Amino acid sequence: MVNLTSPIPRPDPMLPRPFRVTRAIRETADVVTLELEAPAGPPLRFSPGQFTMLYVFGVGEVPISISGDASKPERLVQTIRKVGRVTEALCKLRKGDAVGVRGPFGSSWPLEQAKGGDVVLVAGGIGLPPLRPAIYHILRHRKDYGRVYLLYGARTPADLLFSEELKRWQHTLSHAPGASPVLVTVDRAEGGWDGAVGVVTGLIPSLHLDPTRTTAMMVGPEVMMRFTLAELRKRGLPEAKLYLSMERNMKCALGFCGHCQLGPHFICKDGPVLAFPQVRDWMTRKEV
Amino acid sequence: MSKASLERYLAQHPFFHGLRPKDIEWLASLAQPLSYEVGDYLYREGDASTDFYLIQEGLVRLEIHTPGRGDLTIQTLGPGEVLGWSVMIPETRKTFDARIFQATRLLAFDAETVRRRSEEDHHFGYELCKRFSRVIGERLQATRLRLLDLYGQPH
Repeated sequence: MVNLTSPIPRPDPMLPRPFRVTRAIRETADVVTLELEAPAGPPLRFSPGQFTMLYVFGVGEVPISISGDASKPERLVQTIRKVGRVTEALCKLRKGDAVGVRGPFGSSWPLEQAKGGDVVLVAGGIGLPPLRPAIYHILRHRKDYGRVYLLYGARTPADLLFSEELKRWQHTLSHAPGASPVLVTVDRAEGGWDGAVGVVTGLIPSLHLDPTRTTAMMVGPEVMMRFTLAELRKRGLPEAKLYLSMERNMKCALGFCGHCQLGPHFICKDGPVLAFPQVRDWMTRKEV
Repeated sequence: MSKASLERYLAQHPFFHGLRPKDIEWLASLAQPLSYEVGDYLYREGDASTDFYLIQEGLVRLEIHTPGRGDLTIQTLGPGEVLGWSVMIPETRKTFDARIFQATRLLAFDAETVRRRSEEDHHFGYELCKRFSRVIGERLQATRLRLLDLYGQPH
């Protein structure tokens, strides 16, 4: 089994550090990216795939994946979708506002293990931000990887995140002139949408893959990931090379409270990035 | 594409893979290579289902026109995909428009000829029905997933 433990040390994990919002970027109607800086102390070093606990003072704390570049730890970047009280408060933060940060926590994407082979990244909806640090890493070490594909599914064109970067990645992630490494599809399209319409799994058959040397990493709603896993297994990818980022009800982020337990795993501590064989028997069980 | 390379292409294509060599040879002799430009219609809603298609290059949109909302895209189909699964059912008509969105090359197979051979050779017909069933199943599964609105706000 691949060791997914992050090499980054974690000082005093229960104490939130105060950070300041240096920039708030509205990505879509309900998604905001916050750029944060720590006024004091060392930068928050993290590994791609990890998350932090963001604390809005007086409101509450939620787990949010880091969506920034691990090589630039002085600027902590987190992308938040408004789904509840705390995330709504996070999406309302403006430049200069304070936020508490604990972490980083959890496991990270197997980017070292994937070196020398092809990589398929699959994101659905708000699943793209947790994969973005992995994309930055691959771009910085592009020669270490073979073909790289990013498959991204969203609800509508208006829900697509990081549109400008998606266009850039079409060229920068490419392994050869004319290749299209970024494939985007939406569930519903009206008006001027000029891309694919359909589910993200529908993009998999068109990929040129050598299944024996391909690693897949995916984030999205669990149902989407279940079908993605099935499609990739159909293409011959071994189960041990399929990685997914899970989300459960993370509270303490340290494996103490048990809120995020999935069978024998605490998603906050053993995950969020897990190899498929670790969760294969648990993903379809109800009430776990 | 030469006859030999067309037969090789069909034999290796996931849709036809596993068919007997004589079936592949027959399908290769039936295949009509066609090219379309952006904006062309492959067929329109209400047209008779005269062919099924294997897309080699490009992108085809299945659309339906809705008054007040214009042409709504149901799905896009790209290289390697099969279009026109209803051909095994006689006298069907197209329920959507198929419009070329990126310049497209495809192979067309005459539906009536395929049905006639299927009636004469049930092994061939059964193999083809299994393949179309898989296509129908995949489209149904994809439609169900989209009905779930997985990326929508949790309730």
